Amino acid sequence: MPETSPATIIETRNVTKHFGGLRAVDGVSLHVAAGAMHSIIGPNGAGKTTLFNLISGYLKPTSGQVLLRGRNITGVPLHRMAHMGIGRSFQITNVFPELTVMENVRLAAQALGKDNYAFWRAADSLRRYTQAAERALLEVGLDAKADVTAGVLPHGDKRRLELAIILAGDPEVLLLDEPTAGMASEQVPSLVAMIARIRTAGNKTIILVEHNMSIVMNISDRISVMHQGRLLAEGNPQEIAANESVQKAYLGEFHDEHS
Amino acid sequence: MTTSTKPIHGAQTRRTARNWLGPIVVLLLLAFPFILSLLSGQPVDTGTPKFWQGMLIQVFILAVFAMSYDLLMGYTGILSFGHAMFFGAGAYATGILLKHSGWGLAAVLLAVVGVAIVQSVLIGVVSLRVRGVYLAMATLAFAQMFFILAQATDLRAITGAEDGLHGIPVPDWLNPTDQRLTFYFVALLFMVIMYLIARRVVDSPPGRVMVAIRENEARAQMIGYNTFGYKLMAVTLSGVMAALAGFMNALWNLNATPDVLSVETTINALLMTIIGGVGTLIGPMLGAGVYQLLGYWLNATFGPRWPLIIGVIYILLVLFVPYGIVGTWQLRRNDMRAGWARLIRPLRTGLEADTPGATKK
Ligand SMILES: Nc1ncnc2c1ncn2[C@@H]1O[C@H](COP(=O)(O)OP(=O)(O)O)[C@@H](O)[C@H]1O
Ligand SMILES: [Mg+2]
Repeated sequence: MPETSPATIIETRNVTKHFGGLRAVDGVSLHVAAGAMHSIIGPNGAGKTTLFNLISGYLKPTSGQVLLRGRNITGVPLHRMAHMGIGRSFQITNVFPELTVMENVRLAAQALGKDNYAFWRAADSLRRYTQAAERALLEVGLDAKADVTAGVLPHGDKRRLELAIILAGDPEVLLLDEPTAGMASEQVPSLVAMIARIRTAGNKTIILVEHNMSIVMNISDRISVMHQGRLLAEGNPQEIAANESVQKAYLGEFHDEHS
Repeated sequence: MTTSTKPIHGAQTRRTARNWLGPIVVLLLLAFPFILSLLSGQPVDTGTPKFWQGMLIQVFILAVFAMSYDLLMGYTGILSFGHAMFFGAGAYATGILLKHSGWGLAAVLLAVVGVAIVQSVLIGVVSLRVRGVYLAMATLAFAQMFFILAQATDLRAITGAEDGLHGIPVPDWLNPTDQRLTFYFVALLFMVIMYLIARRVVDSPPGRVMVAIRENEARAQMIGYNTFGYKLMAVTLSGVMAALAGFMNALWNLNATPDVLSVETTINALLMTIIGGVGTLIGPMLGAGVYQLLGYWLNATFGPRWPLIIGVIYILLVLFVPYGIVGTWQLRRNDMRAGWARLIRPLRTGLEADTPGATKK
């Protein structure tokens, strides 16, 4: 069994998740290099979101392990993940709908501070969290909408808010589950540029699930292809584009897919 | 029903503009006995002024109880069907200690807080393992346990069993009958302090986390909050506040009977909160006023059938004022604001465009 190389930040060892008889994730062993833009592609139902749920602690694997910098984090409580440097966005927007945009992001910044149980202090007086939130909002271009109630934002802005919430937690590893899902196509390039910028500026590792193949081919250092819960192939974009089995198995099918 | 438990947009964000309203209301309440004395021509400590002081004292106590319920239901999204157990335990602890221990009032007050902390932490740790309706059922079961315990004949010497505790000795200076005006001011001060504490809590860092849990608990965990701890904190704060309301209730009535532990007591908290506006703090206090005064009036008018009438009124309120008094008012106000903005904006932009050089300075 090979040692975890120091450059690997996230590793899964044979993770498996069964839903009843369905093997949504079936023995996936993945190595994600620190600082990489590592994309996971595959048709709908391939198990990408479930894999994210396993890595981010949302679900416990039926078997197998998840490691962060070589340390086993399988079964660590969900609320510890942000403190360990893992931030995760959701395919279906998952925010605090009745709170303002600012409050959504400020809460994420506050979570990593030490004032969380200080019920005698005014939350607004804790400037550093507000400032961290302002920076995150500026980064995703939502600063002008800080006072808007999150639930009434247009869809594209909600996707940006998802990103801002993660950024405010300043994670090392970002798991982005179809960040452009449902966005108007003219909004997609700016969001993709934003993701690329976040990664280089913050020296972060990004694991990306994305449907749009041209985005994936352009932005990724490495691509893993999932199919029916298993890893079908892995390589850099050229290798994946040239991989016959990937092409045959389903790159064609991919282009036809519009969901 | 579900709509009414959902707080409205921005219910806890914009309040700064009305900061003068609170002090004015408090001043009016301070002056109320004297105003009534002037109007009725009766001395402040007799007749009509005294009667209405009693009415408001009950409102103040219920207001704190309702507010404590709002911390749970309105701010944290925890539906409890057993809130009476904290109110009732506070009342019983007060009665038992004053009758049997010989402790002073301050010591009893501290003991009530201590009992409430232990009680709410224990019950919280157990019942917060489940959510939603299951949690409501778990709290109901606990509350019924207390309700039955209070009536246990084996404990008659301590609790008075089904008769409850009567003739609770209260210091002379605070006697609700002879020193009505003093009691009135103490109850008012009690309510104001409790409100300020509750307001501080909901505006504090953990108070915001409570709201985040109400909105989306899984997301709150994902951004790094151990939500169990915050829910336990909310249950404890709420439990202590309810127990203190029970403490005041025992002093006011000079008794503690099993009905303070009954399901009706919990339902009253729920009703007052919903009538006033969930997740607003002020709303439940208003709801307590409406509930108490309406109850008095209906009782005077319809006699013992009044709970039926208030039931019908409650259904109508939920149908037509689903966000409660304060929630509906906030919504209307936002609508009005938006209306004014729509009216004024074109006028203003029109003016600026017409005035050369008025662009900015
Ligand atoms: N919580 C769940 N319970 C049962 N089945 C699930 C659950 N989550 C996902 N699945 C199933 O697991 C498979 C993989 O789903 P998912 O991971 O969402 O795929 P992808 O994100 O690649 O589209 C699908 O067949 C899906 O229906
Ligand atoms: Mg998915």
